[in-house]
Amino acid sequence: MATYSLTTPITSEDTKQLVAGDTVLLNGTIFTARDAAHSRLVKLIEEGKELPFDLEGSIIYFVGPTPPKPGDPIGSAGPTTSYRMDSFSPTMLKNGSKGMIGKGNRNQEVKDACVAYDGIYFGATGGAGALLGKQIRSAEVIAYPELGPEAVRKITVEDFPVTVVNDTKGNDLYQMGREQYEVK
Amino acid sequence: MREIEFDVVVKAVKDMIMHCGTDLPQDTYDALEKAMEEEKSPVSKEVIRQLLENANIAKDEKRPLCQDTGLAVFFVYVGEEVRINGGLLRDAINKGTEQGYTEGYLRASTCEPFSRLNLKDSVGYNLPAIIHFDIVKGDKIDIEYAAKGGGSENVSRARVFPPAAGKDGIVEYVKEVISDAGGNPCPPITVGVGIGGTFEKAVISSKHALFRDLETENPDSEMAELEARMLVEINNLGIGAMGMGGTKTALAVHIEANPCHIASLPVSVNVQCHSSRHTHITI
Repeated sequence: MATYSLTTPITSEDTKQLVAGDTVLLNGTIFTARDAAHSRLVKLIEEGKELPFDLEGSIIYFVGPTPPKPGDPIGSAGPTTSYRMDSFSPTMLKNGSKGMIGKGNRNQEVKDACVAYDGIYFGATGGAGALLGKQIRSAEVIAYPELGPEAVRKITVEDFPVTVVNDTKGNDLYQMGREQYEVK
Repeated sequence: MREIEFDVVVKAVKDMIMHCGTDLPQDTYDALEKAMEEEKSPVSKEVIRQLLENANIAKDEKRPLCQDTGLAVFFVYVGEEVRINGGLLRDAINKGTEQGYTEGYLRASTCEPFSRLNLKDSVGYNLPAIIHFDIVKGDKIDIEYAAKGGGSENVSRARVFPPAAGKDGIVEYVKEVISDAGGNPCPPITVGVGIGGTFEKAVISSKHALFRDLETENPDSEMAELEARMLVEINNLGIGAMGMGGTKTALAVHIEANPCHIASLPVSVNVQCHSSRHTHITI
């Protein structure tokens, strides 16, 4: 298991070298979107309309942060459970996005889409919102402010720690880890 | 009849919410430390180390432990010889909840079920709180509080079994619920199991079981034994911290059992994530 440092936007060359279990420190711009925002973004794609940000090489973070305290760019910001985005993620990957950050299992369609479009599903530590929020240097709401914590934010991260869960070869870290420690 | 001022309750609820948002309870912190020592998977060990570091940062810098600061859930025990001066107890708890979530920079996570929009313009910030009242002897008010996140709530389930299912049937069911949940509810988890009563009694009991301190034993030795059996079975699933694979999927199983109808054996499984933010006060 290797450790990499990647800066967004990322390419197929970046994602194809990663293997489930690798640690990655992410740098650069990342976009946040949860349930309601995904529903709206995918609708725009289906209608052929312009998105509020460029999907090409993007990484989407499934997060709804707490409000920032005065002087901070953002509050606590750990990942939300990813399966709720399963029906949307293949469309996002097909249209140029290269990575997702969340927690918990993805369905087979998402894993297949990671293989087909050189996408990576990264896991961040759920419930470590204070620790992860400190790696975010700036944050700006760029779409859907009425959704509150679910609004789309453009955030800048520095050495944001994530683990490769689903890679471009079809590997699944959750499955591999569980098989190793299951007592039958 | 003892009288308690409305604003005294508001302030007490606000303080407990703000404290709970940033300070992981000692029982949970200690249980995570023990789990980190005992965990066999290096990956899961590292995840638990991050969780402890997160708890230290949150406490020192007064940042929320998790961005999911939950819905506010209360069990309230009102003495028969006490009354609130200046308003309703329910209103005081809701007002304290709103103030605690606002002043603590905690996230408002309530929304309407279909529009998915936040209700803050109509009823308040992260309101209404979920409140379970009971009447007890005395002239005090006991308030138990937990911030209940969505990820662990989403994997919780309930089912009414035929009585013949017995303990074996319940153990299998609990295993099935936790196995299907995998890493989604943010393990290492605490598992609340409500057994008996009616359908809703089992569900509420499974929630209340999560309020019990991790260090305390079940006073009913038969239930304590069943808890120990379930804990072994759950940890044998190999899910590990955040589903990365490991030997510490659960920190504890807590059972609350009630008498039930001769025809039924209701069972509810309520899951709590590792960020078990719970506390209680007596006014």
